[in-house]
Amino acid sequence: MLRQALLYLMSGNEAIAHAVMDADVDVVAAYPITPQTTIVEKLSEYVASGMLDAEFVPVESEHSALSVCLGASLTGARVFTATSSQGLALMHEILYIASGLRTPIVMAIANRALSAPINIHGDHSDIMGSRDAGWIQLFAENPQQAYDFTLIAYRVAEDNRVMLPVAVNVDGFTVSHCYEGVRVLGKEDARAFLPRTPRPRLEYETPITVGAMFSSMHYHVAKTEQAKALESSLNVVKEVFRSYPMREEGYDVVHAVNTDSPVMVVGLGGVMGTFRHLGRRMNVGVASLRLYRPFPAADLLPSLREAELIIVLDRAYSPGAPAPPLAADIKTLLHTAGLQTPVWSVVCGLGGHEIRLSMAEKLLQKALKAVREGAGANISFYLGEEVNTP
Amino acid sequence: MITRLDQLPAKEAISPGHNACAGCGALIAVRQILLAAPRPLIVVNATGCLEVVTTPYPYTAWNVPWLHVAFENAAAAASGVEAALKVLERKGLGRRHNIIVFAGDGGTFDIGLQSLSGALERGHRLLFVCYDNEAYMNTGIQRSAATPPGAWSSTTPAGKQESKKDIMSIVIAHGVKYAATATPFLWKDLVNKVAKAFTFDGPAFLHVYAPCPRGWYTEPDKTIQLSRLAVETRYFPLYEVENGRYKINYFVTRPKPLEEFLSLQNRYRVLLRPENAELLQKLKQEVEERWKRLEALSQQREAPSSTHLVS
Ligand SMILES: Cc1ncc(C[n+]2csc(CCOP(=O)(O)OP(=O)(O)O)c2C)c(N)n1
Repeated sequence: MLRQALLYLMSGNEAIAHAVMDADVDVVAAYPITPQTTIVEKLSEYVASGMLDAEFVPVESEHSALSVCLGASLTGARVFTATSSQGLALMHEILYIASGLRTPIVMAIANRALSAPINIHGDHSDIMGSRDAGWIQLFAENPQQAYDFTLIAYRVAEDNRVMLPVAVNVDGFTVSHCYEGVRVLGKEDARAFLPRTPRPRLEYETPITVGAMFSSMHYHVAKTEQAKALESSLNVVKEVFRSYPMREEGYDVVHAVNTDSPVMVVGLGGVMGTFRHLGRRMNVGVASLRLYRPFPAADLLPSLREAELIIVLDRAYSPGAPAPPLAADIKTLLHTAGLQTPVWSVVCGLGGHEIRLSMAEKLLQKALKAVREGAGANISFYLGEEVNTP
Repeated sequence: MITRLDQLPAKEAISPGHNACAGCGALIAVRQILLAAPRPLIVVNATGCLEVVTTPYPYTAWNVPWLHVAFENAAAAASGVEAALKVLERKGLGRRHNIIVFAGDGGTFDIGLQSLSGALERGHRLLFVCYDNEAYMNTGIQRSAATPPGAWSSTTPAGKQESKKDIMSIVIAHGVKYAATATPFLWKDLVNKVAKAFTFDGPAFLHVYAPCPRGWYTEPDKTIQLSRLAVETRYFPLYEVENGRYKINYFVTRPKPLEEFLSLQNRYRVLLRPENAELLQKLKQEVEERWKRLEALSQQREAPSSTHLVS
């Protein structure tokens, strides 16, 4: 079926750039910020060498990068931008406009800590601050997924049932800069996977007004429709994940192993590989969310049902909240399902703080011991900080 | 060269029934501009009065494609439209349009300056129009960098102390091929500048003086008279800069006293009091210096051939 599936040695960032080229993107606009920069550097090379027929718009800020993408997307063009950390924070205002105007923008986010103190390394503080902007959120664990999810993002975003922007998240450095063999679909198959579908656009013959002033009532209606579109995009994401041509088995929105173990670890991004590696050895369950928004509750719940203890990993901190972002989601999910499973809310890897195998192993040993002893309680702590560990 | 109404090339792009105040200078100017702008056309609008009064959903006053994104990024959004249509035309998936950006003085002089600067520097082919009513009118008449010294605003209750930012010089310093000032009083001058702006392959800039009855506390029927007095007192000189060459388009040999212009506007009530003579002097001096500088730059000493513009 596939014409080609070549294997290249690529970093996560290069894999994303390669996918953007294969997707025949028309406009790329971006502003440099570590650890995203190499994505657009690569793309500017592709454009300059004629490998990608696109306009590369070297803007003066991230705020403008996303604004350029918005304007371009509304002419019917396929667009791309990438950012991290402060850049994403600077885009905040426009994130909501992109989803509110229902533009199928795809953006890669090489997740990084937010200032202050300034730190360039990976964590999820940036994306958690933009969590409620109405974007579909994918999380890639490795360069292969970074490539695949970027193509998948366009297919989902441009689906007429969806028409929403999609963020492809990769952990700063551990995925963005990690080199691995990546199988690529190649231009022809990628383009067959991503046909150009017509949508309303700015065109003189058929004038439309985009970005009008809404009364309270109309605003409420539009926002409700937008929220429903995001919720129901779950089925489209699953459909596209399953039918992704390069993997016979497709992708699952939740990747779970050892679901019959009494201890389940839930989390996002590259660190889940470490836990899966340990989980297989120590017979601990691991569920990695490849889709974070819309939240794949029904797909996650079966792997949590039988657990006696759930460990939720958050690479972001939510000051003053009852729980960090993912832990709050999981606790809500459990409550809604009538489950009272104890949850260990573990904040880890802030600002690139290394999550070493030994730390992870110690955590799982403690959890298994707690389960054996029947000591089920909700607790919160930081991985790597010995003071409050159980 | 357009010299008669029936030579205007385009249809009305704004329909009646919008919510602008009676006598809104911005709406008059925008209508004039759109009657002269070559088609096909896309309009990108910054947040502000113009955007709000023309698009109360589910109605729209625009019968050309129109986009509003946010307050500070109209130039960036327009850059995206321009860049996209260039590549879509190349790929046979669309065609290039003429693009006009409308932004108020706030969306140009202040919060919008960064994205305007970026778009000018990158050289996108578009016309950026700043309609200048000298304050943030949409949020209730707060001062902007375009508010002149001595003018009342809701954040300068004693009259603004600082000078008006020289936006034209900032724009021209980017090396744009065409920048001009205009006002709805001299409509022929305005429409010809619009037509000319689109003959350049790159960004062009139009600084349009747009009286605001609500914010200036003037009568709605005084808008055109105020536009005229702004020019005839040398307060708002009409000139253009083509490839770096300055030309005054309306040579004011014997300027009217500035008070004639100021006294019609209640926002200058405080400025015209005797105790504020110094601030009034500052404003007058700025007006004089601006004119002298323009004269020097254009090296003109008398009325140029464009006197036919006075109808
Ligand atoms: C980031 C941001 N800050 C503030 C505002 C609120 N705001 C909307 S319009 C406006 C003033 C617009 O002034 P101007 O550009 O001069 O246009 P006018 O209203 O006079 O037409 C302000 C402050 C906003 N929309 N966005």
